[in-house]
Amino acid sequence: MDKRSVYLDHQTTTPVLEEALQAMIPYFREAYGSPSSLHRYGLQVREGLSEARKQIAAMINAESEEDLIFTSGGTESANLAIKGFADANMRTKGNHIVVSAIEHPSVMNSVEYLTKHGFEVTQVPVDDIGRIHPEDVRAAITPKTALVAIHLVNHDIGTIQPVKEIAKITAEKGIALYADALAAAGWMPIDVRDLGVQLLSFSPHRFYGPKGIGVLYRSRKARVTSHIHGGVQEGGRRAGTENVPAIIGAGVAAEVAVRDMEKNVAHVAMLQKRLYDGLWKHVDFIKLNGPVPGPLRICNTLNLSTEFIEGEGQLLLLDHQGIAVASGSSCVSKSLKVSHVLSAIKLDHALAQGNIIMSLGKDNTVEDVDYVVETFSKIVHKLRNMSPMWKEFEEGVIDSVINPTGRGKSFTQHAADISGKPAHEAEKASPLSAERTEELVREAISEAKATGDSTPDAVLKRASIKAGGRVDSPTLVEVIKRLLG
Amino acid sequence: MKETKEYTLYNDTVMDHFLNPRNMGDVQEADGVGEVGAAACGDIMKISLKIRDGKIEDARFKTFGCGSAIASSSMATELIKGRTLEEAKNFSNQEVVDALGGLPPVKIHCSVLAEEALKAAIEDYEAKQSASA
Repeated sequence: MDKRSVYLDHQTTTPVLEEALQAMIPYFREAYGSPSSLHRYGLQVREGLSEARKQIAAMINAESEEDLIFTSGGTESANLAIKGFADANMRTKGNHIVVSAIEHPSVMNSVEYLTKHGFEVTQVPVDDIGRIHPEDVRAAITPKTALVAIHLVNHDIGTIQPVKEIAKITAEKGIALYADALAAAGWMPIDVRDLGVQLLSFSPHRFYGPKGIGVLYRSRKARVTSHIHGGVQEGGRRAGTENVPAIIGAGVAAEVAVRDMEKNVAHVAMLQKRLYDGLWKHVDFIKLNGPVPGPLRICNTLNLSTEFIEGEGQLLLLDHQGIAVASGSSCVSKSLKVSHVLSAIKLDHALAQGNIIMSLGKDNTVEDVDYVVETFSKIVHKLRNMSPMWKEFEEGVIDSVINPTGRGKSFTQHAADISGKPAHEAEKASPLSAERTEELVREAISEAKATGDSTPDAVLKRASIKAGGRVDSPTLVEVIKRLLG
Repeated sequence: MKETKEYTLYNDTVMDHFLNPRNMGDVQEADGVGEVGAAACGDIMKISLKIRDGKIEDARFKTFGCGSAIASSSMATELIKGRTLEEAKNFSNQEVVDALGGLPPVKIHCSVLAEEALKAAIEDYEAKQSASA
């Protein structure tokens, strides 16, 4: 098969749509005024912005286009949603935030920042396919919880989250729900009113809009305080002259995304299934991370782990053959840490190392997918020949995680034996004080009693989520026993 | 702007050693074998040696790791072939980095792994020698 160029990294970014680009061009040199100006140049641009706002509001069924705040990107939108909401509400609502353990770094790190400024955070764990369970969110909520942040779709492993069910819980408790829709927008229908979220953010360059523009939807029920100070653009919630051409392009991309949603999703889902079937037929010892293609998985990504070889090598050899993919392997990250998402689904270290993320787009073809399957199979063969682990597996020194033979020790054990210490030793979160632990357990007991199930097991489950790994289980059990009497 | 295909993550020398690794495989009936792992990133490197008259006659590698780890082990085995054991004991990762024309700062540890694998293989050889002496 001839060498092709196949871009399979659409969850990172996409090319700008022709329609969007054409709509943007006049706003560089003809309609170049600032929308804040009162003269005709300003008014001309205002009209364009107003149209883009309508297009984007329609995409997510916002009550009003005034509920949208334009920012510099998805990251700024997430920062504003979390820090802006926390600032505006901490005095009246409390200083506790609930997030899932697998949110995007822009969410994780915004929340982490708040913990240095008087906030407490509870991370809700996920199951082995990355699903957040609504009852775990309920268990993590305390009387001090001001905000729950749960993404619609995971950016790494493609898991679709039960946001609507979680919204029922937050509504019942009178807590705001923020949904990061970064990996979802443009690839599945989003209706903020049907979902019941108060804050939602996304980034148009993930669905063929331009970079440099992000959107934050904020229902009138959720107040956010500005974090970029200056003029009174965006209703005073985000200062700075608007990135007009990008907003215009985002509006068109949103309109086209809605118009072509059914067609694009059907096409991409067909390719996803073909890629999945092809890879699993032709390559042994690979594992899918996240749900199988279907209702629980976003239509455009596959996240897989190839056993006995590392991810960056796969990425580079694919790139050399014209195929662009991503990886969550530690060798790819600048911090030498595997993706926190893979850690949260408790993926074996050896498999996390072999991680590859392929994300499809509307312009990929069946021929592209067949080329990727054929090329990937060759690349895996080449790298396994180079890997000491493959031979050691064949000789029975180490065993496979994916398809165990019962011979040999685990790869992780082997790696620890020869390096002298465990690879990627988990960083331990700083433990909670005895007082704080007791306080958490008391909360867990009273909540468990309120639901009518205050068995030690039910209390332990709630308390574990609240403790978020900062207290070991034996200690928790002991405190629960003591307090339950 | 150059064409997309003209861009590579590493320099030409590193890419060459990654795409066309030298000395990949296992020395048959090796005199010394060293297998080391990097706790930081999880990479694993194995170097096997054939030693005759106090000199490294052949060196081969196998690596579980990223592009720069594979290139580092390829380059290290190239560099040490023909050296005496004494010279090989003074081998430093810096030589690998220099011969590769530099590595990104976050990837320097890959060259350290190559140095460690080589030294582990020499230790294995010397342990076998003293056991049979």
